[in-house]
Amino acid sequence: MQIYLPIAEVSVNAFLLLGLGGLVGVLSGMFGVGGGFLMTPLLFFIGIPPPVAVATGANQIVASSVSGVLAHLRRKTVDLRMGTVLLVGGVIGAALGVMLFNYLRSQGQVDLLVRLCYVVFLGIIGAMMLTEGLRALHRARRAGPAPRRTRHTWVHKMPLKVRFRTAGLYTSVIPPVLIGIVVGVLTAVMGVGGGFIMVPAMIYILGMPTKVVVGTSLFQIIFVTAFATVLHATTNHTVDIVLAVLMLLGGVIGAQFGTTIGTRLRAEQLRILLAVMVLLVSGKLGLDLLLRPAELYSLGPAGGG
Amino acid sequence: MLPAHAEEVVLGLSQDKVAITANFDGSDILVFGAVKREEPIPDGPPLQVVVTISGPSKPVMVRRKERRFGIWINTDSVLVDAAPSFYAVATSGPFDKVLSNVEDLRHRVSIERAIRSVGVAMNIEGAQDFTDAVVRIREANGLYRIVENSVAVDQQTLFRTAIDMPANLTEGMYSARIFLTRDGRVLSRYETTIDVHKVGLERWLFNLAHERPFIYGLMSLTIAIAAGWGASTAFRLLRQG
Repeated sequence: MQIYLPIAEVSVNAFLLLGLGGLVGVLSGMFGVGGGFLMTPLLFFIGIPPPVAVATGANQIVASSVSGVLAHLRRKTVDLRMGTVLLVGGVIGAALGVMLFNYLRSQGQVDLLVRLCYVVFLGIIGAMMLTEGLRALHRARRAGPAPRRTRHTWVHKMPLKVRFRTAGLYTSVIPPVLIGIVVGVLTAVMGVGGGFIMVPAMIYILGMPTKVVVGTSLFQIIFVTAFATVLHATTNHTVDIVLAVLMLLGGVIGAQFGTTIGTRLRAEQLRILLAVMVLLVSGKLGLDLLLRPAELYSLGPAGGG
Repeated sequence: MLPAHAEEVVLGLSQDKVAITANFDGSDILVFGAVKREEPIPDGPPLQVVVTISGPSKPVMVRRKERRFGIWINTDSVLVDAAPSFYAVATSGPFDKVLSNVEDLRHRVSIERAIRSVGVAMNIEGAQDFTDAVVRIREANGLYRIVENSVAVDQQTLFRTAIDMPANLTEGMYSARIFLTRDGRVLSRYETTIDVHKVGLERWLFNLAHERPFIYGLMSLTIAIAAGWGASTAFRLLRQG
């Protein structure tokens, strides 16, 4: 069944969108990630204009994060204070990101920016996860105890210290605000929640306990993606609600199956699988930039792309 | 001016509206009509018919990629002043037989002539390539097409054709033109408009997004939050029940 998207102004198959939403939902349920980093490139591949894909992706992540954070709130694994600090940075970052996005859009370079961000970030994160996963798998075979990470790093020596009770940390607010800003820019530019950056940053840079990391990052993601959605809607008019609803429907159902599959696999295997997938998406986008495109010309409306 | 109207279109009918609904999947526009003449059918080459449908003309920014720092990025750009968002030509015979070059130039019938690019920057090498790119890309998307031998002419008096419009249409007033030709010369020309617009939910959402973007943004958020909360609650109940 073809459906005409009122904002994207293209006609796509509704079942294809439901299927993509479902596929990403399964993955996000399996790996506990938002899936925005897979959804947005998939939307590019089926011909949704990148500005619409990015803005609508942000809107769709709001929904999946709300559903996720409620579960974490019930389990009391959300550090609200840390979430708020990250959020302050996130809102600043999202505003900067949308400004950057609109500037590059007027220069006809927004496609390049979005694709480059994907290639670079997915490449780095994928490679890190893969090595980490392989090492963990190796360690699990030898059945030795995992080495304990040092909790006190240079990060904890900075000024403006605040006590974060749920996370059990007494640390400066400067690093979390900076992390928030970086993630906010990525949300606005890439249409992702940024969990795949924030979660490692919280564990390795801030030294937060793993059990509160996912809930806290989801808490921050809801507000930052919500903010980015409204900014894109008011400045670019690129949020397509019909597209968002179709992806959502597929996504929430898929996520439930994904969670079930996820509990049957081992954590290390999951991490390696996710890393391989992230590297595949990054590689495909990278090849598109490196290889000579079949069509060298592209069309855009006058005065903005 | 056209020669004395020995033969002219008296009845040029087509659908005067295309409604883009939620499940819009393209549309066939039927164009048909009859020829009125005072005298018997002249001898010589038979009457030919050319039908064009053209979407609203808008300026288009064309960008060309070049290899810089090892990757392909947009570098040069050219603004093509006016290119129709959709353009289809249907003829009753081979194009160069039914319409002479001079007449094509005068009435801007062929795809190349329908695009205007007077202000093309001369400092860019191969500016014509940019205009060609518009035609090539839109032909590939099914937005520009020329279909020869697709107008049926009966007894040199009645004609009909169906022009297929793709699903990726933009809104606006489309113009339909009918030319009667003999020996490559235009005898008569008839013009009408077709209103292509979104209706219903599509119309409402599009207007809201452009006129009240803030409210639209908040509505999108509300729907997203409700869906997320609803899904979480529903599946929790399912697991418990």
